[in-house]
Amino acid sequence: MEFGLSEEQRLLQDSVNRFLDKNVSLDRVRQAAESTHAIQRDIWSGIAELGLVGMIVPQDYGGMGLGFLDAALVQEALGYHVAPTPFTGAAILAPLALMLAGSEKQKERWLPTIASGEAVAAVAINEATGVREGAGIVSSGGKLSGKALFVMDWAEADLFIVSDMSGGLHLVSPETEGVSLQALNTIDRTRSFGEVVLNGAEAEKLPGGSRVVVERLVDAGRVMLAADTLGTGQHMIEKAVTYAGDRKQFGRVIGSFQAVKHLCAEMAASLEPCRSLVWYAAHALDAVPEDARLMACHAKSHTSDVGRFVARTATEVHGGMGFTDLLGLHYWFKRIGVNRQILGGPEQVRLDAARLQGWVA
Amino acid sequence: MKINLSREDEAFRGEVREFLAEKLPPELASMDTVGASASRSMLKRWHKALFERGWIAVNWPKEYGGTGWNPTQKFVFNEELALANAPRLSPFGLSMVGPVIYTFGNEEQKKQHLPGILSGDVWWCQGYSEPGSGSDLASLKTRATRDGDHYVVNGQKIWTSYAHEADWIFCLVRTDETAKQQEGISFLLIDMKSPGIEVRPIVSIDGLHHLNEVFFTDVRVPVSNRIGEENKGWTYAKFLLVHERTGIAGVPESKRKIAQIRKIAETERASDGCRLRDDDAFMTKLAKIEVKLTGLEYTNLRIVADAAAGRAPGPSSSILKIVGTEVQQALSELAVEAVAYYAMPFQKDHLLGTANEAQVGPGYAVSVTSSYNFGRAASIYGGSNEIQRNVIAKAVLGL
Ligand SMILES: Cc1cc2nc3c(=O)[nH]c(=O)nc-3n(C[C@H](O)[C@H](O)[C@H](O)COP(=O)(O)OP(=O)(O)OC[C@H]3O[C@@H](n4cnc5c(N)ncnc54)[C@H](O)[C@@H]3O)c2cc1C
Repeated sequence: MEFGLSEEQRLLQDSVNRFLDKNVSLDRVRQAAESTHAIQRDIWSGIAELGLVGMIVPQDYGGMGLGFLDAALVQEALGYHVAPTPFTGAAILAPLALMLAGSEKQKERWLPTIASGEAVAAVAINEATGVREGAGIVSSGGKLSGKALFVMDWAEADLFIVSDMSGGLHLVSPETEGVSLQALNTIDRTRSFGEVVLNGAEAEKLPGGSRVVVERLVDAGRVMLAADTLGTGQHMIEKAVTYAGDRKQFGRVIGSFQAVKHLCAEMAASLEPCRSLVWYAAHALDAVPEDARLMACHAKSHTSDVGRFVARTATEVHGGMGFTDLLGLHYWFKRIGVNRQILGGPEQVRLDAARLQGWVA
Repeated sequence: MKINLSREDEAFRGEVREFLAEKLPPELASMDTVGASASRSMLKRWHKALFERGWIAVNWPKEYGGTGWNPTQKFVFNEELALANAPRLSPFGLSMVGPVIYTFGNEEQKKQHLPGILSGDVWWCQGYSEPGSGSDLASLKTRATRDGDHYVVNGQKIWTSYAHEADWIFCLVRTDETAKQQEGISFLLIDMKSPGIEVRPIVSIDGLHHLNEVFFTDVRVPVSNRIGEENKGWTYAKFLLVHERTGIAGVPESKRKIAQIRKIAETERASDGCRLRDDDAFMTKLAKIEVKLTGLEYTNLRIVADAAAGRAPGPSSSILKIVGTEVQQALSELAVEAVAYYAMPFQKDHLLGTANEAQVGPGYAVSVTSSYNFGRAASIYGGSNEIQRNVIAKAVLGL
């Protein structure tokens, strides 16, 4: 049994991290956070040039044809750097929807432009994981009506991929009559979310759309969000450890107090198992279909809870400093907070897992 | 367990209820914004109403304007306030510097400062922490050098909550650099309007401004503004910290939060579609926290009763602080869980009460996340929970 990364995967990680280290400094994040609903074109085109926007798109359509484990590694690196850029929706879920449900014509029309980073596609599938009052899209006579909330990678999208309440998938252009868009400011200023309100809007159906496909999108989304939290949490631990080694009180570095050491050690001991969960969940999406759904749930719910613990504990280690913008720790804290809720909070995802196993009706 | 109340106590409860119905500003009581700050003018109106009734300083001795209530009455009073959703008043005057002044101050100082604290006309802030001195407070460096009838103060404080709104600051300053750390500190009351004071804002994790840096450059402070003896400030500072920690336990606020979560549970739905109030898993979590809070509440009462009998709270205040802040943090976490998706939006205008448009999601969700985020501070301020554990290990358990 092999349980680790291949040489290619390590190279992929290195090249993404190198790009992000260089181009996504804390100052750059701060600056981007001032304009959450604009795409940071330098970062977006940078990751597009690395091929990452089309990483899961088949080579025939201009992509790299890589798998979900590769995608999870990239997502982890993006989380680590709290990279202010579209990705989960635009580079993973949108092309995946087209790959799974699009007609040949639709694929030819969209996949290459998505893969190159030319077109940014946002994804509205949140309602598939549980409807809030007043939300949800209904399709009738080829037209869509209703409201989709917390649409991922919403800003400046050229295309929306929208799921309706019966599992249908549709392409909606933002210019269409009957489409209105409303930005949503969340606590996480590094990624854009918004509302899409449809009022008898013309849409193009993806012929292969079904509940099963939407479920697959949800699973992939959950694994990506878990990977993002994994990277985000990893960075928070590193920041806490560095701070504990620098900050002095009582004439000693605070990292020399056992209480602080244990806080740090507990973070490490909690997060490391998440890495295995996330990697295996991503691998299962690629290669172990019978485990894929359940592992996506496990990765999402567990990493969300551990992420929250890490976010808190790293903040605690920073004392008052953790509450301010001086070290920017809150960007990581809040990204973990939003990852937790998107596509189902842990309580809901655990219920999904219990149902999948037939433990509850 | 239920505390049996005498007929007099029940009558007293009625009196408190009547007062609340009449005097608690409805816009304060209806605020779902536990955590978001009510405006100073709103809080002031409420402060004044309590003051005029003579109920502002529940724990102060009667001679200084306290109520003279017995522990049961205090309990009933706090409970009613929590049930009515009354906001927490600024603690810096009433629970911190006030008790220091009436315990260690001279007659002049009592006359000058206590009335303003009681009436709410004078707002205070706390100048303890410095960039290099947080947990290790006794290492503080802000210097006060004697010049005739004045001290000349130079240095910097940080994390000073509400310094931008305060009229006065109580400060720990170093008056002897040669003595052992704890023995060279004095406790000064400083008018924030003094020349040489500069306040700079620090925006915190909730995206709002509560915290500040306060810089002192050759600030002249009359020696008569010193509390007690020179170089004995540490004793007064510790006395105050004990009060602060007991206050930080925040029992009434947590009761308020439980009521708020129960209200949310009437509306929000669990994943399987049933209302949260019918969701066993959720309600069990809430019940578990409530039990912990009840234990805390009665412990708090016990300590208050001891204090009334002249026994100082001492290190057990550290236990209150830890348990109290754990309860607060667990509740704010549960509130986030309850509102699910609606924990994500950040709606600053609504948090500040200056919005013109309708909020995203239900009103009760608006402040849930900023309250969770900012609430992480509870385990840091007033001496971090790690420091409290050190205190318990050493002073209570003798380890
Ligand atoms: C929201 C907020 C409001 C505040 N308001 C005020 C105010 O109005 N006035 C004021 O004076 N101060 C205020 N403070 C400051 C607060 O009292 C300090 O932040 C606190 O004392 C911790 O100090 P620090 O931030 O320097 O952290 P540090 O002391 O640097 O601590 C960092 C970490 O190390 C741990 N640590 C340090 N020493 C030890 C040890 N010996 N053993 C084990 N662990 C240790 C701490 O627990 C913490 O986790 C406020 C702080 C916050 C967050």
